[in-house]
Amino acid sequence: MSRPPGRKQENHKISGELFVLTYGALVAQLCKDYEKDEDVNTCLDRMGYGIGVRLIDDFLARSAVKKCRSYSETADMIAQVAFKMYLGVTPTVSCSSAARNEFSLILDKNPLVDFVEELPAERASLCYCNLLCGVIRGALEMVHLPAEVTFLQDRLKGDAVTEIGITFLRKAEDRKHRRNK
Amino acid sequence: MADEALFLLLHNEMVAGLYRAAEQGEGENGRCTTKLESIGFRVGQGLIERFTKDTARFKDELDIMKFICKDFWTTVFKKQIDNLRTNHQGIYVLQDNKFRLLTQMSAGKQYLEHAPKYLAFTCGLIRGGLSNLGIKSIVTAEVSSMPACKFQVMIQKM
Repeated sequence: MSRPPGRKQENHKISGELFVLTYGALVAQLCKDYEKDEDVNTCLDRMGYGIGVRLIDDFLARSAVKKCRSYSETADMIAQVAFKMYLGVTPTVSCSSAARNEFSLILDKNPLVDFVEELPAERASLCYCNLLCGVIRGALEMVHLPAEVTFLQDRLKGDAVTEIGITFLRKAEDRKHRRNK
Repeated sequence: MADEALFLLLHNEMVAGLYRAAEQGEGENGRCTTKLESIGFRVGQGLIERFTKDTARFKDELDIMKFICKDFWTTVFKKQIDNLRTNHQGIYVLQDNKFRLLTQMSAGKQYLEHAPKYLAFTCGLIRGGLSNLGIKSIVTAEVSSMPACKFQVMIQKM
């Protein structure tokens, strides 16, 4: 066949771009539908939640990981396995609280914004990747780990890196109590 | 990179979200299909640009349609179009017997009336791809039995 070599890898890359392009077009459509940035952010978060509650099944089926025994193991799992599997990047995890229930994922390469140069001036408070927050929140809730997930820093808004903050809502002592019963 | 599951889930959420918003708002169903189709159009334009960057020039319209049926469909949906028919006068019918976006739904009559919602994006995708290859067209889709569907492409002579 007269196909150039490396075609399969190109195709794989392009099907990855399908997701990124679709996401971008979706955000553009939502911006047309809603005037306020908060509404768009809420809508993206809700969609992400819907995706997350289903994605967790796919993730657990594919990765066959064992149960995580602590919040920090969970955060590592999200960063090193889940992000790698679905987005091809590995954010770094850092724990930012003494209670060991607040973590942040620092992404220096975010594939979702591959084709985005900058946010338009009238959309300054748009969280472009808010879908990711919803996905993480939905997925964690399905494994009985309710959490709050928000963007702490966003490169599109001028910060140095993109940082996602995960705050697990149940205190660590509650988990220990249940085990002692 | 991004797994296939991610795109399938995003597509389903998109359809559900847009229709839910329409129900709460004015209740205009037709607009949702147009919105989905225009999202698909934009994505199709972008994708076909990235895809055909290094391919040779296409000989004619039929060549372009074959490209859509084989390479394009394989990249996006991991399979080829099963049947391509044409009347050689600008109308093409692409038949997919196991359409990726419909396989997750029950294969009987239960969701037949909702199926067209899940085809609007792909219609836009085809129209956008053709548009950036220099072909103006109108794309419609129909489902007669899940998960098979037919996309009808009508080329508009400019």
